[in-house]
Amino acid sequence: MHYIPNSKDAEKEILAAIGVESFEDLIDNIPEKFLKKYRISLPEPLSELETVKKLSGMAGKNSDTESSISYLGAGSYDHFIPAAVDFLISRSEFYTAYTPYQPEVAQGTLQSIYEYQSMICHLMDMEVANASLYDGATALAEAAIMAVNKTRRNKVLVSDLININSRKVLDTYLETREVEIQYIPESDGVTKLDSLNDYLDDQVAALLIQSPNFFGNIEDLKGIADQLHANRSLLIMSVNPVAAALLKTPGECDADIAVAEGQPLGIHQAFGGPYLGIFSSKKDLIRSMPGRIVGKTADIDGKPGYVLVLQTREQHIRREKATSNICTNQGLMALAAAIYLALMGKNGLRQVARLSLDNAHYLAEKIDTLPGYSLAYPDRPFFNEFMIHTPVSAEKIVEMGLENNIFAGLDMGRFSREWDHRLLIAVTEKRNQQEMDDFINFLSKFRKV
Amino acid sequence: MNVPEKLRYTNDHEWALIEGDVATVGVTEYAAGELGDVVYVELPEVGDSATKGDSVGTIEAVKTVADVYSPVSGEIVEVNDALTDNSELVNQDPYGKGWIFKIKLSDSAEVNELLTPEDYKKLI
Repeated sequence: MHYIPNSKDAEKEILAAIGVESFEDLIDNIPEKFLKKYRISLPEPLSELETVKKLSGMAGKNSDTESSISYLGAGSYDHFIPAAVDFLISRSEFYTAYTPYQPEVAQGTLQSIYEYQSMICHLMDMEVANASLYDGATALAEAAIMAVNKTRRNKVLVSDLININSRKVLDTYLETREVEIQYIPESDGVTKLDSLNDYLDDQVAALLIQSPNFFGNIEDLKGIADQLHANRSLLIMSVNPVAAALLKTPGECDADIAVAEGQPLGIHQAFGGPYLGIFSSKKDLIRSMPGRIVGKTADIDGKPGYVLVLQTREQHIRREKATSNICTNQGLMALAAAIYLALMGKNGLRQVARLSLDNAHYLAEKIDTLPGYSLAYPDRPFFNEFMIHTPVSAEKIVEMGLENNIFAGLDMGRFSREWDHRLLIAVTEKRNQQEMDDFINFLSKFRKV
Repeated sequence: MNVPEKLRYTNDHEWALIEGDVATVGVTEYAAGELGDVVYVELPEVGDSATKGDSVGTIEAVKTVADVYSPVSGEIVEVNDALTDNSELVNQDPYGKGWIFKIKLSDSAEVNELLTPEDYKKLI
C-alpha cells in the first residue's frame, strides 16, 4: 500500500473544505484524557540505502526455521514447502489475498477454489467444504455458531484440550451471543468422554473436540458421534490436516462439521499468519454453512463454468440473519493449500504424515530414556507431537535452545505454573536422524539440580 | 390476488387454515410472488414447539431468503416433506400443495388475533 503524505497546503485545503481551522479542531470531540500530550519523537529521515541497512540489521536479529531447527508446533508446523507453491501463488493472475467480489469474471480463481474445496472434501472425508475462512480458530468458532443456529439450541460442550488460543477465539465469538460454554475436563492427556452422557441435555447443540488434541494425543471418538446424534447434538472435530491423511478421518468418525488449521498444507509459519481456516461438513448442513462456496455448472453451450453458489446465506443478501458475518475467504492461502495438495498427491501427503509420525516416535522413545526426562502420557497414541516432563524448567531449555539455534518446543509453563516442567515437542518430515540425535544430545545436558 | 375467504392471515404474509385445534400454515400467493422462484424450503422439525411469531423455517428464493414465522403457538405436528424435492409447489399452489407445516394450537384464543381476509387484502 502506498503512503501518500499531504503537503501543508493540501492539509489546509482539506481542513477548509471540512470547515475547521486546524487538525486539533477536527478532533476536539475526543476527550482530553485520551489524547497524547507529547509529540512522538522520531529520528531524522534516512536515505533508502540507510533504511535498507537499518531494517535488514533489525530483521537479522530474528531467528527462523531456515537458520534454526524447530520442534515448535501447537497448531503451526514446520513442514517442507516445495518452491513451486510460492512461485505459482505469486503469479499476477492469482496474487491477491482477497476473495473475488466480481467472481464470475475470474473463472480461474473460482476454479482454483473449487478444486481446493474438492481436495479438502477428500482429505477430511466430508461431503462439502467452503472456500475457506481466516484460520483454524475462527473456523472452529464459526462451527460452534453454525451448530447453535442449526439446532436452535444454546449450549456447546468444549473439550479442555482444544488448542488454548482457539479456545480464546471461541470465547470471544460466543461472548456476545447467549451461548453457554460447558468445558469437558482432561484426564490423563485426553478429554474425559466417558461421562459425556452426563452433559447431554436438550440444550446441547454440539461437542467441540480436537484430535490430535492440544497435548498431541489422539482422542478415541468411537461411539461419540452416535451418543451425540441420539441427543440431536452435532459432533464438531478440529483436526491436523496432515494427520487426516493417516488417522481416522472426521468422516469416518461421523463428524457433522470438520475444521482445521490449514497452515501445515504448504503455508509458511510466518510468525502466526496469514493462515487458513479449513471448514467442511455433511451435505445436509450446507445451508447453515458460513463463508463462500464455489460450485461447478455448465453454460448455455455446455462448457464448464464456475460460480459462487448459495449466496443467499451470506450477509450481502441476508444481512443480519446471514449464517456468518464473514463474507470472504483466505484466497491466496487456499490456493497455496490446493497447490501443495496437488503437488503431494494422496500418497505424497500420506508419506509426509508417516515420516512426521515416525520421526516423532523415534525422538519420543529416545527422550524417554534420558535421565530426568519422561513422556507425560506414555500410554497415549500420538501423531507428530508429544509432551515430556523435563528435569529443569522448560523455560530454561527453550532459552538455551535459542542460543544453540534450536527451537526446543513449547514451554507449557506459559499456560500454567503447574506445567513449568513440561515441554510440548512437534516433529515433521523435515528432521533427519542427525538433527534429532543432536537435539537428544542437547537435552541430555540438563540435569536436575 | 387470490386471498381465500376460509383462511386467516398474518402481517408477515403467512396463511393459516384452522381445523379444530390444528392450524395448517403456508405463505400467501402475494408472498410467493414477491419472493420469486422458490428453490429451497427449510422445514421445522416435527415435535418442535413454537411461540407465536417464532421463526420456524426459511424459504429460499433465487435472490433472497425469508423466514417463516409461526402464526400461533403450539407444537409442530406435521411438515410438508414434498417441498424437500419440489420447493416450487410454494409458487405453483401456495394455498394447497405448497403448505409448509401443521401446528397443534396451545392457545386457541390466538386465532382471534390473526387477520381476516378483508384485513389482509388491505395490507397488500
